[in-house]
Amino acid sequence: MELFIAQILTGLANASSLFLVACGLSLIFGVTRIVNFAHGSLYMIGAYTGYTLMQVLPGAIGFWAAIALSGVVVGIVGVLIEILVLRPVYKAPELFQLVATFGVILVIQDVALLLFGPEDLLGPRAPGLRGVVRIMGEPVPKYDIALLVITPIVALVLWYLMTKTRVGVLVRAATQDREMVGALGVNQAWLFTGVFALGSALAGLGGALQLPKGGADLLMDFNILAPVFVVVVIGGMGSLPGAYLAAIIISVLNVFGVTYLPQSTLVLMFVVMIVVLMFRPYGLFGREEVAGEHGQVGEPERPIKPASFRVRLVTSIMLLALAFLPLLGSTYLLVFLTDILIFCLFAASLHFLLGTGGLVSFGHAAYFGGGAYVAALLITYSDTPMELTFVLAPIGAGLVALVIGWLCLRLTGVYFAMLTLAFAQLVWSLVFQWGTVTGGDDGLVNIWPAVWLKPTVIYFYFALIFSVCGILLMRHVQHSPFGYALRAARDSQRQAEATGIDTRRIQLIAFGFAGFMGGIAGALFVFSKGSVFPNELEIARSFDALIVVFLGGVKTLAGGVVGAGFFKGLEETLLRFEYWRLLMGLLIIFIVIAAPEGIVGSLRKVGEHLGLKKAKDQ
Amino acid sequence: MLDLKSINSFYGKAHVLRDLSFEVPRGEVVALLGRNGAGKSTTMKSVMQLVRTQSGQVSFQEQEITSLMPHKIAQLGLGYVPEDRRIFTDLTVIENLIVGQQPPREGAVTWTQDMLFGLFPNLAERRNNRGKALSGGEQQMLTIARTLMGNPLFLLLDEPSEGVAPIIVEQMAKVITQLKSEGLTILLSEQNLHFAQLVADRAVIIESGKQKYYGTLHDLNSQPEIRDAYLAA
Repeated sequence: MELFIAQILTGLANASSLFLVACGLSLIFGVTRIVNFAHGSLYMIGAYTGYTLMQVLPGAIGFWAAIALSGVVVGIVGVLIEILVLRPVYKAPELFQLVATFGVILVIQDVALLLFGPEDLLGPRAPGLRGVVRIMGEPVPKYDIALLVITPIVALVLWYLMTKTRVGVLVRAATQDREMVGALGVNQAWLFTGVFALGSALAGLGGALQLPKGGADLLMDFNILAPVFVVVVIGGMGSLPGAYLAAIIISVLNVFGVTYLPQSTLVLMFVVMIVVLMFRPYGLFGREEVAGEHGQVGEPERPIKPASFRVRLVTSIMLLALAFLPLLGSTYLLVFLTDILIFCLFAASLHFLLGTGGLVSFGHAAYFGGGAYVAALLITYSDTPMELTFVLAPIGAGLVALVIGWLCLRLTGVYFAMLTLAFAQLVWSLVFQWGTVTGGDDGLVNIWPAVWLKPTVIYFYFALIFSVCGILLMRHVQHSPFGYALRAARDSQRQAEATGIDTRRIQLIAFGFAGFMGGIAGALFVFSKGSVFPNELEIARSFDALIVVFLGGVKTLAGGVVGAGFFKGLEETLLRFEYWRLLMGLLIIFIVIAAPEGIVGSLRKVGEHLGLKKAKDQ
Repeated sequence: MLDLKSINSFYGKAHVLRDLSFEVPRGEVVALLGRNGAGKSTTMKSVMQLVRTQSGQVSFQEQEITSLMPHKIAQLGLGYVPEDRRIFTDLTVIENLIVGQQPPREGAVTWTQDMLFGLFPNLAERRNNRGKALSGGEQQMLTIARTLMGNPLFLLLDEPSEGVAPIIVEQMAKVITQLKSEGLTILLSEQNLHFAQLVADRAVIIESGKQKYYGTLHDLNSQPEIRDAYLAA
């Protein structure tokens, strides 16, 4: 019993940072409708800033001042991000802003590396709060007690700000209908900036507050994202009490998990999330998202059409050129091109889901890595012939996608997207923590293809055929009756249902199909590398695919493929530099601002502008 | 006071307003009449630049406003009351009023919450209820009250009589007359000619985004053929 209470107290203390970061994310999303993926990065900056300030400022006052100042500093960073990066792209199609925040993540990672070095920093203890307090005989760190007091105070201040001040009323009004708030004479631009500053400051505060319990390292930006998403989804988007309660549930359970089920700590929170969502699909305190209620129904999508003769000709010539490339005899080039082909297929599978299905999956790596792991597991444990593995791996990935899709499709909009990310993390956690089967962090090695496929040239052709056929198949499906139904469900779910389309079933099939195609890419990947590690399932891998699809252009059929080629080429070029993330991030941000329709879409617009291609709607 | 000169507006590719020109003189109530889909709401939104005008000019008190953001236009004293009662349903009545609040303006009535509760007694009883708990008529009153909190010089009233009970419609007419007597200039869009006749001095009739009539209501009454051609019975 004593231990039980002590553990609950520890859990409550741990909830502190999680709550602050989740609150900030939820606040920013509510008003700007941007899922700020860089929120973890702001949390990381908060930790580093706090650490640095604590070295300079002396004593207990210095310690607490450092924490408060970290909030201020990160708030200012948030303002800069909002003004410099996001403001130019608010008018871009919905979700495109995400890519800008990916760029910000990369930039911040390298800036942090540059400023603070690669070593993990151990957080300083709080002066005056170093020891433990005995509560019913059990030791509870004094700092935990401090957090237990601080968090409710911060929550109360926030609550007061949101409910009792005009600014808070405006923020809540803007969360519901920001256009109307503008029409009533409120400058939205400053409201956005203000909310971004506040949300960022909360993340910074969260980062600095957890220092004595943890520290600062360069991985904490991604590490916090999944728990924060889970908290936001469980609590309900935009709900302060929800975020608080969810943060507490997750943190307390985690403490118990560490004690009683140490093998499953990472998985536990996802299980809780699934259970909660079974009963309350929009979280404990959330409400359903109603499409178009925010006065931002986008421009209608262009109709898609089969490729023109010219496009087919150009594509065929390029494919032919690819087919003759092995004549050049460069193994390096072939390996590189194989990578690109695999990535193109992976990106195209996400693009299919996003562009045609309108289903934003933040966790597409689950199917790519899933396919790779199914293949690797089959080879490792059952000596399955490679040829059969190539059939079973995509089926496995497709099944995973069907299960995840079935659970996620109960929700729509941003809840759906966040849930896909959370499930992808669940898959990652399973693989990461189930070391006896999956090899955990050490991955699975010695996964080589059959003898006839071993030569690089043969494998290149193999990958070429599979990727090209896969991409053509997806294009074909887009033009099939199934594709029409899927697009109908995307554009107007209710009207589609009224015409007799079972939209959920259609979307589920699309989800499974995209997972299947991602699984093919994963299988191609694992045999080309001979090994697979959990990072193929990571958030970062999902983000790569999202960046590619958005940069290529969501609303164009070729977007995924063009983006993938561009991205891989860029990565290969930039990897030579020490601070390639910084360059890559800046470049991504630049493209987002300069070409808000993606590469293909913007090229098309330029073409139409120059009169090369006639706009087809006249 | 408000002057529209051959404005053209689009929804995506659809050309909704075609060379629309009319003016609303200071102190008058002008009714913007037309059938469903004629472009009345788009005209209102175009004035506020919630729908961007592609060409033409809107000026308010001799100042060109087409290049401004909606919040700037509102700050000049143009109060917009949307047709679909876009109140903030998660906010209480009082909080809705707070959102609309703007600094006092020279030449305009400075509204307080109590004054508005006097104007709309029904709202007074429900001041701490959330927007979603209100009836349709109450929501309509709240939209008007919320906009009045901005102390406007000019009111754009988009179909205030739509879908509310007859008794509320009568109340609306009284309110509009009172607001006019306090010096507000009003552009009122309506399908209901009867309601317009209760309150308006002048009428503009549009059909498919084109202007079909501009003149006093009195003259319109003597031209039943126009009335019958462009307005529902």
